[in-house]
Amino acid sequence: MLDLSRLTCLGEALRDSTIAFQSSVALLEADRKRENGRWTYREVRGEAERVAARLQQGGFGPGDRCAILLSNQARWLLSGIGALWAGATIVPLDYKLTAAEQAALLVHARPRVLVTEYTTWRTLLRERLSGLDALRVLVTEAPEKADLGRAERWEEAAATPFRYVQRCRADVACIVYSSGTGGTPKGCMLTHDNYLEQAQVLGRLFPMEEGERYFSILPTNHAIDFMCGFLLPLLFGGSVVHQRTLRPEFIEWTMQRYRVTHMAVVPLLLKALERRIRERLEDLPDLQRSLVEGLIAANEALTMKAPNHALSARLLKPVHDKFGGRLRLLFAGGAFVDRTTAEFFYRLGLPVVIGYGLTEAGTVVTVNDLKPFRPDTVGRPVPGTEIELRDANASGVGEVWVRGRTVMRGYLDAPELTAEALVDGWLRTGDLGTIDASGHLKLVGRTKNMIVTEGGKNIYPEDLEAAFEEVDGCRESCVFAANFIWPTGKMTDEELVLVVRPEEDGDADGFVGELRARNRRLADFKRLSGYVVWRREFPRTASMKVKRQELARQLAAETERARALRPLGEA
Amino acid sequence: MSDTVTRLMALAARRFKADAAKLRAEADFFETLGIDSVQALELLSELELEFDVEIPDYELQGVKTFTALAERIDKRR
Repeated sequence: MLDLSRLTCLGEALRDSTIAFQSSVALLEADRKRENGRWTYREVRGEAERVAARLQQGGFGPGDRCAILLSNQARWLLSGIGALWAGATIVPLDYKLTAAEQAALLVHARPRVLVTEYTTWRTLLRERLSGLDALRVLVTEAPEKADLGRAERWEEAAATPFRYVQRCRADVACIVYSSGTGGTPKGCMLTHDNYLEQAQVLGRLFPMEEGERYFSILPTNHAIDFMCGFLLPLLFGGSVVHQRTLRPEFIEWTMQRYRVTHMAVVPLLLKALERRIRERLEDLPDLQRSLVEGLIAANEALTMKAPNHALSARLLKPVHDKFGGRLRLLFAGGAFVDRTTAEFFYRLGLPVVIGYGLTEAGTVVTVNDLKPFRPDTVGRPVPGTEIELRDANASGVGEVWVRGRTVMRGYLDAPELTAEALVDGWLRTGDLGTIDASGHLKLVGRTKNMIVTEGGKNIYPEDLEAAFEEVDGCRESCVFAANFIWPTGKMTDEELVLVVRPEEDGDADGFVGELRARNRRLADFKRLSGYVVWRREFPRTASMKVKRQELARQLAAETERARALRPLGEA
Repeated sequence: MSDTVTRLMALAARRFKADAAKLRAEADFFETLGIDSVQALELLSELELEFDVEIPDYELQGVKTFTALAERIDKRR
């Protein structure tokens, strides 16, 4: 790996790696069961220089913003490297958001250029992009005769030569949105120093070698994939494998075809993979199944102290072969992993690295070193990062505060939010935890009224309340994370609930149908799971805002979760 | 109800062990079938075999009802 401590910006680091690893394969892209393309480091350099020159021919300069709104594919990284070489601040956007949500973030981030796919651009054009008239748009993979409106083709050659632009460590490299599909967008400003420091530390903890392959399936706009599926492999001389579909059967094919060694997953996908393995085990004849279970038990006993990939891959060859036979590490991130799932994979010799991080902290704060495997904690702080528990109660539970060189500079154009999050050089996470004698952090809840879905998305209840306003028969309503009212001490199975206050003498039966209909209209990962009927007036501030803490306190004192909650799913 | 919706619901019921008689064309299939987004993608693969079309993942964006999914399939046939 390159010595990042001597380098001053991400562009410089990536430029060095494209020179150092020239003929190695940097990018591989599959679509279903076929290869779409592959690029060596030399070819990546050529393409990224072309993209940089394309940006520059429009007068793009240091610090200008370039938004990237692409699905996981090679052009994401080629555009990212090109943008960095042109001196850009990258604004990675989530291709899974609705067009209206994407447009709102574009208005907030004010990029000079947007790089996006043809299908996304077509959808975006249907939105009113007011305030974005000056935005230059480069569109990838447009059909030959397609009407692109005012957009240009990404693939075209540059009319002017490329000029490399150097940035400083303190310059902002990326603005990453950690939430903001409603309410105030939180665009975390992360500097070149934040990224280089984190990459250096993670590179030492989880070294990758030339020839190893990282499978990028989390969206690249997500902090984890940006670090583990873009920067780290390319700084190590590894390859990044992309795939155009997230279907488990194609994922398996790609893992086998390219013999993937590293991968980051969200709990939702980890569970899907677990389900497939369990189904296959159940389908085996009794004798064969007993044999496999015996081998799993043997593997578990032999890897009690630390993982041993070579041994596990031999003992449980048929299972490992399904994943290509070389899979060494599964990074689980985005949300909290159910410990039984992590244990299931570890028993198979496929260690799941459980960590804890926030975009605001430059990705990873703590991580398990697997010596030994501990599914009950999120590990110890990575070198250079400090954590403290503030306002701890008698049981040792306190709010996690983080300090270190990877902590963001602040939120873009949101000084109040920044002042709440960054206090005296520390980042307040809003997460509650304990620290054991060996320094391992265990998370037990949140001080914030929010949830993280199994797909790794942060959902803030306030952002969903507009969807339940003005329902006939309902005087007022308020959305909560259920664990905010009734803490369970666990970080899995988080759910959102609606507290409703019916009209005097009425009940909720008259309008629950309407609530269900409105709930259905939300994106599936944003849906509420239940509702609670509350008969008293909501406590409010002088400016008529609901006092959420107070209402939650009253609900917790007077109701019991299991009895009070009624389902909001299909009747 | 179109032939595509009927075949789609029958296949979904079989795949996720649901009672076909209880499925409604306008119902939200995530909820009715109790499936998550990855399982919905698995369903797409089976639909491709059934209807002999290629359906990219992005066709599932914003689609929640059997009727809407059937329309996406018909558009590609």
